[in-house]
Amino acid sequence: MAYFLQQLVNGLTLGAVYALIAIGYTMVYGIVGMINFAHGEIFMIGAFISLIGFLVLGTLGVTWVPLALLLVLLIAMAFTSVYGWAVERIAYRPLRGSFRLAPLISAIGMSIFLQNYVLLVQGAHEKTLPPVITGGFELMQSGGFTVQVSWLQIIIIGMTLVLMAGFTTMIKASSLGRAQRATEQDMTMAALLGIDVDRTISLTFVIGAALAAVAGLMVTLQYGVIDFFIGFLAGVKAFTAAVLGGIGSLPGAVLGGLLIGLIEAFWSGYFPSEYKDVAVFAVLILALMFRPSGLLGRPEVEKV
Amino acid sequence: MGWAPRFREAALAAIVVIALAFPLIGFETNDFGHGFDTRFSWVAIAGGAAFAGKLLLGLVPRRFYLRQRAARHTALPEGKAIPIAAAAVAVFAVLLPVLPFSSRALVDLATVSLIYIILGWGLNIVVGLAGLLNLGYAAFYAVGAYSFALAAQWYGLSFWEMLPLAGLIAALSGILLGLPVLRLRGDYLAIVTLGFGEIVRIVLNNWSQVTGGPNGVNDIPRPTFLGMPIAARAPDGVTTFNQFFGMPYDPMQRVVYLYYVCLAAALLINWFSLRIRRLPVGRAWEALREDEIACRALGLNPTTIKLSAFAISAMIGGFAGVFFAARAGFVSPESFTFQESATILAIVVLGGMGSQLGIVLAGVVLATLPEFGRELAQFRMLLFGAAMVAIMIWRPRGFFTVRAPSVRLNGKS
Repeated sequence: MAYFLQQLVNGLTLGAVYALIAIGYTMVYGIVGMINFAHGEIFMIGAFISLIGFLVLGTLGVTWVPLALLLVLLIAMAFTSVYGWAVERIAYRPLRGSFRLAPLISAIGMSIFLQNYVLLVQGAHEKTLPPVITGGFELMQSGGFTVQVSWLQIIIIGMTLVLMAGFTTMIKASSLGRAQRATEQDMTMAALLGIDVDRTISLTFVIGAALAAVAGLMVTLQYGVIDFFIGFLAGVKAFTAAVLGGIGSLPGAVLGGLLIGLIEAFWSGYFPSEYKDVAVFAVLILALMFRPSGLLGRPEVEKV
Repeated sequence: MGWAPRFREAALAAIVVIALAFPLIGFETNDFGHGFDTRFSWVAIAGGAAFAGKLLLGLVPRRFYLRQRAARHTALPEGKAIPIAAAAVAVFAVLLPVLPFSSRALVDLATVSLIYIILGWGLNIVVGLAGLLNLGYAAFYAVGAYSFALAAQWYGLSFWEMLPLAGLIAALSGILLGLPVLRLRGDYLAIVTLGFGEIVRIVLNNWSQVTGGPNGVNDIPRPTFLGMPIAARAPDGVTTFNQFFGMPYDPMQRVVYLYYVCLAAALLINWFSLRIRRLPVGRAWEALREDEIACRALGLNPTTIKLSAFAISAMIGGFAGVFFAARAGFVSPESFTFQESATILAIVVLGGMGSQLGIVLAGVVLATLPEFGRELAQFRMLLFGAAMVAIMIWRPRGFFTVRAPSVRLNGKS
């Protein structure tokens, strides 16, 4: 029981990270209908900028943890957003309105480029960050096994919930959210009604990148080890999460992310962990067999 | 445009580039991430370059680098031009090993290109003709390569025995993947195929007792010529190729022989793909791509159409895998990553989705592109990624465009 609970906590933490990345995929998919394959690399860049942020702040003498955390969060979100914006501007905007596979290939090219760019400028070696936030509490104890919940896990899950809530409100109530929903439904009509479509799409990429940066920061804090290659697997799994939940649906992305995190944690806890990714993809295939549009996705009705 | 807005635009570009470069180029973490050095001069150089570049680009009239959207893709010329070009390419391919500038490395590179072309043609059946996006094609490539490698290792089967068998096994795996995903559309299908590719790679990587794990399988036999090995020395009682023909042994013979085997297979597959497009099943693929609902309404069964596309495409991928294993003499899971699937997809898209000749061109370009970068080893993949983006922006529909269905209503096809 205690062991089960521990896997549950670990899975929720991991799932929160996937959910944050998955939102970026699902929003971009909703608005421009393309898989932003480079999004995983944006997350990786966010993790690197967070690490560098901590190192620089440490040198500057900012050692009070809450302040350092807040500063790094802002730095990572700001700089990673520029990457998100630039990727859209360079690789996707010229292809808007082109046929369906062109932006996908361009995105794959961008992803290879960004990965090798970070490899080149930061080196292939794994980077480690000593734990910034330590401590936690014991949730319960049974059968000689103690369920540990670290403060960091609380922060990660809490922050994800806050961001989600803020985000849903923004999409529902703000003028940017309205513009996004309008662009999603009909780009041409939205443009005719005076919505700056280019700006709306750019902002969508910026928001997605900022959330990926938060995920990057969390992974850096939680696992303490990053390298230039982490973006691929995290990106694929987050995209899997988005699809599992029903692509284009925000609550779906969160649900999918949490599910993927839980599957991964429970599989690693009870079965050989080398095969955890096989479990994730197998569940995806099974889920889609029975619900071809994802768990919360609306089935696509094709009009003739 | 006056000078002031030009400077303003250039300054904006410089600011963006500096913001991009500042965190990642400006600070270099050392090996374990415990400290860092600064490289602010590089950031300044990048910013300056962006400023100058944008300013110079502003001086060139736009029409020089941005053509009209409509003119951006070239339709295939009508008439006899294509068969003539195709024949010229085929003749060149046949003559390549005996041309004066030919070398062992060049023939080997041509073999690699051929393998990529075969893969491109195979994937084209699913993506280009049937319109089903497959992001895990390397899985079938791996199934083919590993079937041959493992059958040779455990049961001592030869290249020629395994070539049809590996194709069959790959086709079965194609049906295995096709069955659960029949109802899926577009990007749902894409992620499932990607997941399938990853599953195959992870299993190959971890099932060490059978597949050798990350170390892969070594000593894969080379193809023989009518049962005669092409080698310097043969086991007792076996005549080698050069003993039989009374020629001195030259390692070049082996490379050239494999090249011709691949070329023959490629020509056969090309002929097969061109023919099958004219058969009912091939026409059904294209009909399915254009409109699935109309397809159903006309009484075509999407299930069998999709499964046949998956199976045939996987079979061709399996053949390519056997050639790959025979060429390298070694297989490991590293050769079948997502990047490989992406490269093959890029060949199909760059080739123009459905154009056999376009895929030849794209296959040669993508197989040789990394070779050119050899001297700049560390920039190789960086340039590869950038080139993929640039080519897509320059020609979003590939080198040649043939999206038109093979059949037209006025009777001409």
